[in-house]
Amino acid sequence: MSLVRVPPVLREEAGGAREVEASGGTVRELLEDLTLRIPALGSRVYGDGEIRSFVNVYVDGEDVRTRDGLDTPVRDSSTVILLPAMAGGSFASPMGDRSPTAKRSSATATPR
Amino acid sequence: MPSYRELLQQTKSEIDEIDAASAQSLEGAVWIDVREADEWQEGHLPGAVHIPRGFLESRIEGVAPDKATSVVLYCASAARSAFAAKTLEELGYGDVHSLAGGFTDWKRNGLEITMPRTLSPEKRTRYSRHLLIPEIGEEGQLKLLDSRILLIGAGGLGSPASLYLAAAGVGTLGIIDADIVDETNLQRQIAHSLDTLGTPKVDSAKRAIEALNPDVDVVTYRERLTSENIDRILDDRWDLIVDGADNFPTRYLVNDASVWRGIPVVHGSIYRFEGQVTVFNPHEGPCYRCLFPEPPPPELAPSCAEGGVLGVLPGIIGSLQTNEAIKLAAGIGDPLVGRLLLFDALSTEFNEVKIERRADCPVCGDHPSITEYIDYVEFCSR
Repeated sequence: MSLVRVPPVLREEAGGAREVEASGGTVRELLEDLTLRIPALGSRVYGDGEIRSFVNVYVDGEDVRTRDGLDTPVRDSSTVILLPAMAGGSFASPMGDRSPTAKRSSATATPR
Repeated sequence: MPSYRELLQQTKSEIDEIDAASAQSLEGAVWIDVREADEWQEGHLPGAVHIPRGFLESRIEGVAPDKATSVVLYCASAARSAFAAKTLEELGYGDVHSLAGGFTDWKRNGLEITMPRTLSPEKRTRYSRHLLIPEIGEEGQLKLLDSRILLIGAGGLGSPASLYLAAAGVGTLGIIDADIVDETNLQRQIAHSLDTLGTPKVDSAKRAIEALNPDVDVVTYRERLTSENIDRILDDRWDLIVDGADNFPTRYLVNDASVWRGIPVVHGSIYRFEGQVTVFNPHEGPCYRCLFPEPPPPELAPSCAEGGVLGVLPGIIGSLQTNEAIKLAAGIGDPLVGRLLLFDALSTEFNEVKIERRADCPVCGDHPSITEYIDYVEFCSR
């Protein structure tokens, strides 16, 4: 079992937990296991066989994109950090807000 | 036992004494002034390094790591520099000279001298606890006084940053913020107070800074940063940016501009009990777009509902940003480049992840796809 640190912006999906456990020999296996255990959390980080955009995944302090992506090996002793983009009080909520009445913000490119 | 005079005669016979003209023709020589601090303050040779005689052995490798380097030593009248030359030869330096006649003859012959910049007695007192730290000292304090730091935001992160940078004696602080101080700010934005409720945050922060340290020149920009005004603001020659923005459009504008202009950015962000700090040093390390290439698109809307924040958290993160800013301005230590520091206030834990520069980064990568400012529009449907 590896330790997965849940970022504050995704803690509601993890029932308030700051750390959860998941198992797998690679990042792919670990994220699939995480999605089975805590679907609300897993689906915000991983979907359609990919790490979602605007979320970075670090294994033992290293960005898996700079290693072997989803094939990056994970050990039982590894710590996995999930990191969505965060800008002060606003943050990337990878699936969007589920509540239709929630305040929402969005970024649209308008090249000058 | 020899007398002082005999010892000096003996030493002078063993070392090379050089005249000013010959010394000036030595290529790549390191010139070292071995006099005491008060003598140095009265003027010194241009380009010389000051190492008082008593520190010569311990500091010489810092200025002349290669023992084949030509070294010219001088004091007031070539006595102390003769002993110093002998010491360097004993340490293995192969081309050491003592300047004949020392500083006294140099000056008498009308050769150029430099008057060192020094701190006034008032500044020596104010910054005495910095001057006592060898890594900062007078030289570092002068660098801080000469530095120009731009703060993006005078809110949670900008408050401690502006106060500590001002206290540290950063000569010029720029502050950009379009907001007005309100009651909900006072739980964490310590640059503001009941007295300044309802006033622009930039004016409130300026007041707090001037009350703390009148040495600081404060430049205020009461506006929101956009592609229209960013060049005008950055044309004011900022050495460093402390980014305490609260929104993605500003983060990306600041990043792109800083990469194109080569200005380091000390980045901080906070949410509830957690914060992040890193330094984006253009082309030497990653930029914000190496971490997150694009802001989230509308279909992956970021929530801009106020998430809440522990009041002291911006104090901690803003202070960590200030620590990085002071190090960069004084040219000391190892900046937080290529490392993202994560702080969890609930468990009191720091974690660090590596951020690498991406060859395919749209701004600082090998083939940039973004070459002009983009105004990302952030909106909230309420």
